[in-house]
Formats: sequence, structure tokens, C-alpha cells
Amino acid sequence: MRGYPAVVPDRIADPWGSRTPYPRGGAWPVRVDTFLRDGVTSDEVEQWVPTASLLHSNGDAMDVAVKDGRMVGVRGRADSRVNHGRLGPKDLFGWQANESGERLERPLIRRGGELVETDWGSAMDAIVDRSRELLGEQGPSAFGIYTTGQLFLEEYYTLGVIGRAGLRTNHIDGNTRLCTATAAEALKETFACDGQPGSYADVDHCDVLFLVGHNVAETQVTLWARMLDRLEGPDPPKLVVVDPRRTVPARHADVHLPVRSGTNLALLNAILHELISDDQVDHAFVDAHTLGYDELLKRVRDCTPEWAAEICGVGADEIRAAAEILGAHDRILSTCLQGVYQSHQATAAAVQINNINLLRGALGKPGGGILQMNGQPTAQNTRECGANGDLPAFRNWANDEHVEQLAQLWNVDATAIPHYAPPTHAMQIFRYAEQGSIRFLWISATNPAVSLPELDRIRSILAKEDLFVVVQDLFVTETAELADVVLPAATWGEKEGTFTNTDRTVHHSGKAVQPPGEARADLDIFLDYARRMDFRDKDGEPLIKWHDAESAFKAWQACSAGRPCDYTGLSYEKLRAGGETQWPCNEQFPDGRERLYTEQDFYADPDYCESYGRDLVTGTAVESDEYRALNATGKAIIKAAEYLPPSEPPDEEYPLRLNTGRTLYHFHTRTKTGRAPQLAAAAPDVWVELSAADAQGHGVAEGDVVDVVAPRGVVRAPARITDIRPGVVFVPFHYGYWDSNGSADDHRRAANEMTITQWDPASKQPLFKTAACRIEKVADADGQAAPAPTTTASQPIASITPTVGGAAAEATEELAG
Amino acid sequence: MKIEVALRETHDAETDLAAELLRVGERHKADHDVYHLTRTLSGWSDRHVHRLAEQAERYELDLDADAVEEEQDRGVLARVREKGSELLGQRPEPGLLLLRDLRELHLAAARASLAWTVLGQGAQAVSDPELLETVTACHPETIRTMKWTVQKIKEASPQVLAS
Repeated sequence: MRGYPAVVPDRIADPWGSRTPYPRGGAWPVRVDTFLRDGVTSDEVEQWVPTASLLHSNGDAMDVAVKDGRMVGVRGRADSRVNHGRLGPKDLFGWQANESGERLERPLIRRGGELVETDWGSAMDAIVDRSRELLGEQGPSAFGIYTTGQLFLEEYYTLGVIGRAGLRTNHIDGNTRLCTATAAEALKETFACDGQPGSYADVDHCDVLFLVGHNVAETQVTLWARMLDRLEGPDPPKLVVVDPRRTVPARHADVHLPVRSGTNLALLNAILHELISDDQVDHAFVDAHTLGYDELLKRVRDCTPEWAAEICGVGADEIRAAAEILGAHDRILSTCLQGVYQSHQATAAAVQINNINLLRGALGKPGGGILQMNGQPTAQNTRECGANGDLPAFRNWANDEHVEQLAQLWNVDATAIPHYAPPTHAMQIFRYAEQGSIRFLWISATNPAVSLPELDRIRSILAKEDLFVVVQDLFVTETAELADVVLPAATWGEKEGTFTNTDRTVHHSGKAVQPPGEARADLDIFLDYARRMDFRDKDGEPLIKWHDAESAFKAWQACSAGRPCDYTGLSYEKLRAGGETQWPCNEQFPDGRERLYTEQDFYADPDYCESYGRDLVTGTAVESDEYRALNATGKAIIKAAEYLPPSEPPDEEYPLRLNTGRTLYHFHTRTKTGRAPQLAAAAPDVWVELSAADAQGHGVAEGDVVDVVAPRGVVRAPARITDIRPGVVFVPFHYGYWDSNGSADDHRRAANEMTITQWDPASKQPLFKTAACRIEKVADADGQAAPAPTTTASQPIASITPTVGGAAAEATEELAG
Repeated sequence: MKIEVALRETHDAETDLAAELLRVGERHKADHDVYHLTRTLSGWSDRHVHRLAEQAERYELDLDADAVEEEQDRGVLARVREKGSELLGQRPEPGLLLLRDLRELHLAAARASLAWTVLGQGAQAVSDPELLETVTACHPETIRTMKWTVQKIKEASPQVLAS
């Protein structure tokens, strides 16, 4: 690349960087983005250590720059199939949080009501003593494990084996329940197995981009850059966007459907109605490869655009326009994310997106695909490795043969692995803790005291005297404040492991620097716990037979053999050299497989499939014999569902719809991004987005302080007036209390003070985007606009000072050719 | 013809099921999935009751279309229970109570399902396609309610009994 002119844009002001347009079927040009600490040049970098993004799910490959034993910057990898060298603002700047002076460096233990420093031996003894006590008193049902979508594959697999075959509890889940559970469930419903069908490369070939509740410009910055480059090139795809906010993609859309929150299913049923009534159905595909079409016909027969227009609050003609675009092409790339997954009837709606592609035969071919997105960088591994509500390697908990495979692999009796009911999901784990039947909760790398719904309830559960809480994290989070033992963890760049992105690309992440103080890799903590607990297999040998990341990876490979997520063709050697590969990677696909289902070779055979499916309304699991009768030949399943109104519709007291979500510059509860100066400054505090009509109705102007009042709590913040649809109020969920300047006690900053404790019946994902609220004006603006970015969906109607990063946010771009 | 008997039995069984679903939901409000889903399922049964009342008119039988609503009004203690459930929700005993209530719900759903079976046979025997269509549309929903009660019992009982 050297020798080509480099530009140096401010990547806070311009999050997506320079355009490199390309045509349909062309190669997305390489653009290498680099950011180095002030004063450091590329020539001074001593080592470049390959890894990938840890602050979103896109899996952008990058190298960490190391000098004098410190991280000094990052550079995108030109050879990556994912990002072709590009990085987003969180990648460019987020690594600086590793060096924050607030990192936990020693374990903490609660003594006399206070958390005080202790040594590792004492902290682990306290955990082990309590574990043994509870195993004796109550047994496995006393234990809950709540992990994350931000550890590494090796850590999840180890934790899963410890939980299921060591402690033998059924109560294991991840915060992936909040971000990606519906993606997994929607794939299980349609294809009887998890596994992303599509590829990011489908962007290069598609004629239609259909983004449903997926603000890709903010959640997967470089994926949007790829889409933008197609949109600005020759033969651009048509863009259809469903989102109540006028997001950046919505501003570029051919058709934007700003539906009322909680009405996705009505809209999608109307689109299906139109495809069917216009006979834009690939009947050959549907007949040969799917089941359930007749049921869909019946279900959507009356779902006219006029019917949906009434429910969704968009024009019937706009719905028709969207359906016409989808009906006129078969290279359709459909994607969805939290606007579907965290909303009312999540799985039912996500499944209809699969159905649209099935009806169009848009599956398993370049440009014709489905991306059920993930929210977190390693959520895919939580799902694969059995650290969420699934068994490892997409095994079916309701298939005794699959449980027997695990029993043989781990050398334990099958009866030792709980499989009498579906693994307990996160919301139920907290319910059991509330009731007092779970008395030990180990939380790793997540912050439920800010990220779960109805925080007042969550705080009261975590603070319970009879609940022993272990928190493993980088910082003293709001959750750690309530723990009995806090373990300081090493993070990305300070430990070795692998992780897999949304389109099944596996990356190795190297250890670039030493962790601070006594912080230890999460894997080492889990291994230490297993050793101290002396978990044994049925021959009396240690249950956990591995000792480091590479040996854990090999154990996982054996577990994955022959399953859809087959890793057996990979190795640390290959991955360490930056050789990212998509799974399945095995003898059949030695270089990985770009798209699943290219031959309609679904993983849906009754003996092989991960799931027999669920009733989309009641969540009831389909029984083995029912599934065998229905789908003996392993076809894709078209599942229909009836629209139901949300359980908390707006009323006189709470006339508005509450929507929560992300901003481009932050990740989760800002534990890292709030400590990276450029990112923190771009979106320094919470705000509330209102439409001009709703603002006017309450006498609110830009920057005025308002209370958003919901039945469960209040958030107080300055108002940002935007093009959001009237009747919907948006509050970003990132902001908690660790940096709230003394206002921690009044609990008016976190969006989840207001959200409802309710979840999708099939995926068990909480409904963060469907509640009612009202607005009350508190005070006039103090001359300032709301602290919301101007570059994103929070773009103001008023003309105010734009969000910039200045010299501190300048990153180099090098274009090839 | 005794089809009126089968109509009335199905109507009454669905009314009971709808009301029982609401009662159980109110009693277990702190088990949020039970609370929300019982309301949805009760809505199904309420819809069934309305359709049965419509069908009954053709047989000059007077079945109350609003029976579920009236049943609810009679449940004067319901609100009290609802409040009480939030307090109860934090002690382990409600687990056993939930199992008992789910069992009762299952039996109510099974009664309703059998009533539909009988009515469906009757509709075929008297060659009433309109009535048969009602049965075909409603009965599967009652079966889904029944299956849900079994699933929920399977999920809830291990933790209740082992802790």
C-alpha cells in the first residue's frame, strides 16, 4: 500500500471514512485505516499482533501495534474478507480503555458490607467454600452462571463444561440473551439449526438490501461502509429500511418504513401478503425445499397493506412499494437486528424475514441471503459453545443421542448433564434468584445492573443477602458494586483466544501486552476454579483436561466435529498467521464455507437438527415425534404467526412509545468506550430523542431537560429533537452510574430503569423496545444542545455545532490503487 | 339433535378456561411470562366463546358471548390477589403454588379440548360445515394452550422440587 496517497479524516466527524465506490459483482476496494498514539509512527512499532474488533459484532480484522510493552494503536488488516482494511471509530479508539487507571488490578471481597482488596487465594477460597456448601445443602439447582458475548471461544467452552458437567446445573446463559437470542431462535425455527446462512460478501452482489430494525450504520460501521460503497457505485442496490427513527440508512433508502415500535410482524405479514397476491413467489423453490407454505397463505390472507398501515402507522402505498421491490428481485440480502430482536413478537417477526427470502428463493447464492445479525463480538461463540441456553456445537437438548455424545466426550454419565427441560434462560435465572432458589450467581464480563430491564428489580435481586454474587470484570461496574467477590480479568489484547463474527468468520486474537496488576485471563480463572473444585470425570480423572487457550481450542474442535459449526479444519497455527476462516472448516470445506445452504442442504434432519422448533406465540417446544412426522426429510420450515398487540400499549397516562438502543460511539454500558477519550467526548451523556411534533406539544426545545416517565422508572435528560416518528421516544441504553457525577442514588440515567420485564416466548429475549411512557418538561436548556451526536440517527433538526473529534480523532486511510 | 348440549359444554369449558387463565396470571404476576402469556391465551378462549355464541344462534340456543367478561367481573378478589402476588413473589413457596395452578389450568384446557372434539364429531354428523369450520379454527388454539401448560410444568417443576 505504501506510496499511495493517504488521507487523514477525523473519524469521529466522519465515522465511515472515505468512499470507495464499486459495482455489483466487483471487488470492494481495500482501504487500510490506522490510528497510532500521538507521536508514534508506524516505523517505531515493534510488533503488530493480529486480532479483530471486540466492541461490536462485525469482526473487523486488525493488528494491535505494540511498542515498549504497551499498546500504541491499531491498523485494519488489508487481507481480511470482512473489512478489507477498514476500522470503525470504536476499533480505532476503544483500545485505549485497556490502559485506564481505573482497571481492577486485585481481587475484591466483601467484608463488613464493604468491598476490600484481597489476594487471589482468599478470593477463590471464598468462592469454592460457598460452592461446596451449596452443593451439599441444595445441589446443582442452587447455581446460576451468567456470562457474556465478549469473552473468547475457549472460555465459553470451558465455562459450559464446568457448568453442565462439573456443577451439573441447567442454569447457564449469557447476556447474548439480550442481543442475539432471537437470531439463533429464528434460524432454529426456519432451518432447525443455528448458523448464519449468508455472507458479508452478499453486499457485493445484491440487488436489494432489506434492513429491518437494523441500524447498520451505527452497529456495524464497516458493513455500512461496504453498503454505502455499493450505493454510490454503478448499479446500486435498492435499499428498503424499516425503522421508527430516521437513521443514516433510512436517509439513503428508496423506501423507508418508520413503523410504530412493536408492530414489525404486522408489516412483514403485509409484505408477505403482497408477494403472494402478486404471485411473486418462486414456487419451484418453495415446493422443493420448504414446508408450511399453505399455513402461511391462510395466515396472511387478510393481512392487506391497508390493514397493516393502520397498525404500523405507515402508508399502505409505502408497504406496497417495499413489497414491489422485494418481489422484483431475487438477489435480496435481508438483515435484521435489535429493532426486531428486542421488540414485541421478536422471533415471529425475525422468522417472517426468513420467509420473505424463502418465498423469493433468495438463499445460498451470491447476493441472495439472510443475515440474522449479532450484537456482540463473540456472541456467536456463546451460542456455539453452550454457554447460553443451548448445548455445545448446536446439539439438541431434546435428543438423547446428542446428550450421549457430550457424555462420551466429557467421560461422564449422560444423566449428569441436565437435559430434562430447556436450559434456563437469563430472565428465569434472575427470577429463581429473586425467589431464593438460586443462591450462587457467577457473572462474567457483563453488567446486568445497567443492561437488564427494570433495574430497580435487578438491583434488589443482586443485593439479596442470600445470593452469593461473583463478578469477573475489568472495572468496578455497577454490578460489581453489588458483588460478594470481584475478580479482576484480563481483556482483549492481554490474553490469547479465538472468536467468531456474525458471518461465521473465525479470528485468532493474540496477546499483545501484559494485563495490569494481578488481573488474569478469564480462561485461567475458570480453569483455576475447576481445579480447586476438583471436578472429576467418571474414571476419576480431572473433568477439564486442558490447561491453556490452545489446548482448550483443541478440546472444542473435538466437540464440534461433525456438527454444523465444525472447526476441525482450523488450527492456531493457521489462525495466528491472520488466516481468518469461516466455519464449517473441515475436510469437505478446508478453506471454510462462504454461504450455508447453497444446495439447500439444511441441517434440519430430525436426528441431526439442533431444535425441533417452538410455538411462536406460546414458546412451547415441538416434541420429537411431532417434528419427525412433519419434517422427516429435513426441509426449511415456513412458520407463520398472527400479529398481537403489545402488552403495554400507549394509554392516557403513558401516551408515547419508549424505544431504547445504541449509538455509534458506545458499546454496552460504556465500561470501555466511556474510558476512550474520543468516544466519550462524542456522546458524553444520556439524551432523549423526540419528534418535533411531540416536542412542540410539550413546549420542549433542543436541549431542554425532560423526564421520560414509564410505569417502572424515570430518566432525566436533555431533549434532542429529530426526525424520529411522532409518538416514539428514544433513549440510548449505554449510560449507567459509574461516571454520573454523584447522581448515582437517584437512578435517573439508565434507560433500563423504564423497560418492562417481559420476554419473547420463543427466544426469551427481553422486550427493550416495547413499553409506554410520557414526557414531562423539567427545565429550559442552559444554552447547550443535548449531548447527542449529530452524525447519526440522533441528527438534530435544529442547526447546531456538529460532532467532531478534532486532531485527536484523525486516523490515516491508505487506499490501494 | 343434541348438538346444543355440545355447544353449551364447549362454551362453558372455554369460559372457565379463559377465566382460569386470567386468575392464574394475576396470581403469578411476578412470574412475568406466566402473567403475559395467560392474558394472550385467555384472549384466544374469549374469542372462541364469541364464535360459539354466534354458532349457537343458528340452533336458537342462547349462549352468552360476553361470558368471560362477566366471569371476570365476578372475580372481585382478583385485584387483591394481583397485589398480593407481587409480595408473595419473593418467597420460594409460590413455586409450589404455581405448579398447582398450572395443573388446574391443564385440566381446564383438557376439558375444553375434549368438548371441542365432541362438538367437531357432532358438526360432521349433522353436516354443519360452518360449525365444523369454527371447530377447526378454534380447537388447535385450545390444544396449544394445553401444551403450553405441560411445557411450563416441565420447566418449573425441577427447580421447585430440587431446591
